[in-house]
Amino acid sequence: MAEAILEVRDLVKHYPLTKGILFRKQIGAVKAVDGVDLDLAAGETLGIVGESGCGKSTLARMLVHLERPTAGAIRYKGEDITRLSGKALKAVRRNIQMVFQDPYTSLNPRMTVGDIVGEPFEIHPEAAPKGSRRSRVQELLDVVGLNPEYVNRYPHQFSGGQRQRIGIARGLALQPEIIVADEPVSALDVSVQAQVVNLLDALQSEFSLSYVFIAHDLSIVRHISDRVGVMYLGRVVEIGKDAEIYDHPTHPYTQALLSAVPVPDPEAREHRERIILTGDVPSPTDIPSGCRFRTRCWKAQERCAQEVPLLAVPAHLTVVPGPVQHPSACHFAEERHVVPGGEEGPTGGAGARGGKAAEDPGTGDGPEGGTGGGGGAAPG
Amino acid sequence: MSTTPERPSAPGPLLDVRDLHVEFHTRDGVAKAVNGVDYTVSAGETLAVLGESGSGKSVTAQAVMGILDTPPGRIAGGEILFKGRDLLTLGEDERRRIRGAEMAMIFQDALSSLNPVLTVGDQLGEMFTVHQGLSRKDARARAVELMDRVRIPAARERVGQYPHQFSGGMRQRIMIAMALSLEPDLIIADEPTTALDVTVQAQVMDLLAELQRELDMGLILITHDLGVVADVADKIAVMYAGRIVETAPVHDIYKAPAHPYTRGLLESIPRLDQKGRELYAIKGLPPNLLAIPPGCAFNPRCPMAQEVCRRDVPPLYTVDEDRRSACHFWEETLHG
Repeated sequence: MAEAILEVRDLVKHYPLTKGILFRKQIGAVKAVDGVDLDLAAGETLGIVGESGCGKSTLARMLVHLERPTAGAIRYKGEDITRLSGKALKAVRRNIQMVFQDPYTSLNPRMTVGDIVGEPFEIHPEAAPKGSRRSRVQELLDVVGLNPEYVNRYPHQFSGGQRQRIGIARGLALQPEIIVADEPVSALDVSVQAQVVNLLDALQSEFSLSYVFIAHDLSIVRHISDRVGVMYLGRVVEIGKDAEIYDHPTHPYTQALLSAVPVPDPEAREHRERIILTGDVPSPTDIPSGCRFRTRCWKAQERCAQEVPLLAVPAHLTVVPGPVQHPSACHFAEERHVVPGGEEGPTGGAGARGGKAAEDPGTGDGPEGGTGGGGGAAPG
Repeated sequence: MSTTPERPSAPGPLLDVRDLHVEFHTRDGVAKAVNGVDYTVSAGETLAVLGESGSGKSVTAQAVMGILDTPPGRIAGGEILFKGRDLLTLGEDERRRIRGAEMAMIFQDALSSLNPVLTVGDQLGEMFTVHQGLSRKDARARAVELMDRVRIPAARERVGQYPHQFSGGMRQRIMIAMALSLEPDLIIADEPTTALDVTVQAQVMDLLAELQRELDMGLILITHDLGVVADVADKIAVMYAGRIVETAPVHDIYKAPAHPYTRGLLESIPRLDQKGRELYAIKGLPPNLLAIPPGCAFNPRCPMAQEVCRRDVPPLYTVDEDRRSACHFWEETLHG
């Protein structure tokens, strides 16, 4: 792998839960991100997938320094940006920019497109001398495929896809090296999604950008990413090259997630095997002991409640050469082929167990936001 | 089992929408949301209505349910035959009796569709007190039964809880329970799983499909997700700018679409099982409903557009017995 431009080490973000008005006392914490390690190489796209509440957006916000981590390090070219402040921080932030999910709320409706895309120059005046700003903004609009004459229009005069292009132009204004995109296409119509995905692809090669691409849509993440990390309850449970994750997943959560994605092929529905997970994601205020996926896992055993599985190539898989060898935080990691049409892989007897889990969806589901039985089924 | 009203003696479709037109009168002019839609649904059948925002897929469903806001909306023409009767000729009282009892709807956003200040049990029970005159106590018992049926764990304990105390997936189950409560013949599900995570989506879709089979209901599934459609639908109607541009059995359409818009949609979605290079992108934007292009509404975005497409509105050509395509060049599209 090329040199890492961004290294994330044991990153943690806990939001305290307090009680009382006068004497506020901490009674717990929402563990949104709870120990994440990642590397982003120059020029690559790292995809992060996971369901709502898994901490992927909090992670994104910490990477661009919109949230301060509770603990851990984010090293940009070797320098820990979580410790920076003032001028030094400002200089680094120029190089890490963000594209937001919702193109309707992330653009100020009272500002013209020219002001929105040019606003980064107000904060970083060195990036473009005053006289050249307007032409620079027009250049940026052209780059993202908008008519440069639209500088004086307001956001409401644009469609969702065009607004997302405005958001991307703003992200590019300071010529960053890294773009963190949090669900950049999920609010868009299918036919427009492809336009924006293609634009992001083209911009990456043109400006040699590195992307952290966060999304819940596994198909889009595969399309755009070189490597993919799967998050569950604040942690990365499996990470690897796109083919390693999609064609050779070894973590049960990844397998369940992939098998649940509807495939646009009606022929596949008869002979595809689906792992239906029971229950919902546990509350991040009350994370299960040991492996945090164990409450929904059909493989869970005593050991899973005791011992936290580390994100590493599982010891018993190190003897198997090939794409199975990638970090997976499961004591009982084993390959299972779940994406139809992909490369064939061994399915083994695991299929029968998945089938069993499918018989009783919804057992043991807990109240949302409750601190007690935050979901999860008794395995078996 | 509740008493089902007389079924039509002739084995016609359960629902037969004919040449439906709906328009909205806005400050800026008349928005033509639905422009001549035809579709049929039979008992036990799943019709997927596929389209992007503004295609008219939800408005059509609202017209069928009789929950269109009028004004600004107005049904400008057509017929909605449900068990042989034209719903558009019925009075509001009669429509209300049909709504809930014979046809029911599941909405996308369960949190905003449920009343936050009433318990789940009260809201489920209301169906029985209003439509069947049951006592509060009996209605509560039926609510618990329903919650069991959609596999909400600990139904007896949770029947007294409020919507916010349930997770997203559980709330959508409650919506399904509510729609099924009077065992309707037709269910309209408008993006029922769009707000849910994939693992929960799979649970909810499986449940819906199973209950549909069990009760032999007709199901209209409104969605923009080609994956969900492939999983559950029997036939598809693809909508664009208020018209059906292609309708076909589900297997045919994925194999060989007969309309360039359908083909564009299928080619523009990334696949889980392969890593393509560049995605095919349909150029341009869906049309403004205040100013739908003359001729074929898709012509400004269509790679095959010719002079005739800018001039003549394409009729729904018969591709084969159960397939239609509103493209002047459907043969070229199908074989090209």
